[in-house]
Amino acid sequence: MAKIIPTLVKRGHRLAQSETQRQILRDLPLRPFGEATTMEGNHSLRANGIDVLQINIGKRCNLTCQHCHVDAGPGRKEVMTREVLEACLRFLAESDIPTLDITGGAPEMHPYFREAVERADALGRSIIDRCNLTITLLPNYAYLPAFLADHHVEVIASLPSYAHRQTDAQRGDGVFEQSILALQRFNELGYGKEGTGLRLNLVTNPAGAYLPGNQQSLEADWKRQLKRRYNIEFNHLYTITNMPIGRYLDYLISSGNLETYMEKLVNAFNPAAADGVMCRYTLSVGWDGRLYDCDFNQMLDMELGPQLPQSIFDAELETLRRRVIQIDQHCYGCTAGAGSSCGGTTA
Amino acid sequence: METYYDPKDLAHFPDIGKDVPELWDKFLAWYNAVFAEGALSEREKALIALAVAHTVQCPYCIDAYSTAALEKGADIEQMTEAVHVAAAIRGGATLVHGVQMRNHVHKLSM
Repeated sequence: MAKIIPTLVKRGHRLAQSETQRQILRDLPLRPFGEATTMEGNHSLRANGIDVLQINIGKRCNLTCQHCHVDAGPGRKEVMTREVLEACLRFLAESDIPTLDITGGAPEMHPYFREAVERADALGRSIIDRCNLTITLLPNYAYLPAFLADHHVEVIASLPSYAHRQTDAQRGDGVFEQSILALQRFNELGYGKEGTGLRLNLVTNPAGAYLPGNQQSLEADWKRQLKRRYNIEFNHLYTITNMPIGRYLDYLISSGNLETYMEKLVNAFNPAAADGVMCRYTLSVGWDGRLYDCDFNQMLDMELGPQLPQSIFDAELETLRRRVIQIDQHCYGCTAGAGSSCGGTTA
Repeated sequence: METYYDPKDLAHFPDIGKDVPELWDKFLAWYNAVFAEGALSEREKALIALAVAHTVQCPYCIDAYSTAALEKGADIEQMTEAVHVAAAIRGGATLVHGVQMRNHVHKLSM
């Protein structure tokens, strides 16, 4: 298995404190994100409905990727309780939100993952599993591909590169080889194949301090290369910009790339990308039931704006649909160039 | 440390258009069109630019197109091969001019 590096929390690192992360970004001599959006005429960023309920059901993971904004790892203890999960499923059932997006950590390691999928499927909702692929090769989780296929769960899988070196550099030694095996298994079940309805989408984050390339162009290249090299098929490639928080912030600082990376994000600010950012269509729920505008804000402990419900136990759809989004300097990560979201580019 | 080629100077590249904006605009329009996806992909163009950057030995271009090539999906093996292509052409161009040298020597020699 991949080598496990200690999480920021385990190391007692100063970046384990979310406020420290935010302050480091604020201390850089860069235009405040709020000013950028205001100058471009967006005024305050506001939600435009909720199409996705994204639940982060825990920070436990079998990997410790270098760029992880969650600072996830095998030693993390934060796990969504049954009560919180029940509240999430109740909120979903009482709403018209079409999609449940399950993330982590490795969400499949959660003891009620199966149940969450089965019940959301019974409600007739689309389900997304944000999968690190390697988990499906562990003996206790080998059931996953067939189970996910039975419930028509969309698999969004991380793979930084179709080349060995960049993938292992970001995600750990041996991860590339395991990811290829896992993708081949998904393909055997019909995932990623035309006409099966089983969607297999890949996510690539740059394995370093640079921005992702053109999604459309890369997708064509990836499809060609993965088919030719490993006979692997998939539906879409999502390019996602690395968010300058969590372990990626640690990498940026220790490699001396923080200032230039942030300058790059700021200089690439694109108002069109800001229009499509995921927080405008998503409600994010933390392992403890707290509500956030997105998974990144969640990791920075940036709760929803004032006068809004702060917990899934108090959540009311109508008051959340048009809420003002909470912003800070990390938000440049979603608005640079063609934009970045859980579903790839936004512009 | 003061250096003749300061990486931060790349951000001042647009200054070259300050007194001749129409020329700068034309250059930029052409430049952007050149690097757009076409018969060659953006990645292939970035790799060509990276190789040429090494032959013209422009430190700004080397930094810029090392980044661009990564962003367009190239990896370090492809980028290193591109630099070897540039070096091979440079080396070959030097050697093939040896023909001129030899012709000249033969002309002057008994």
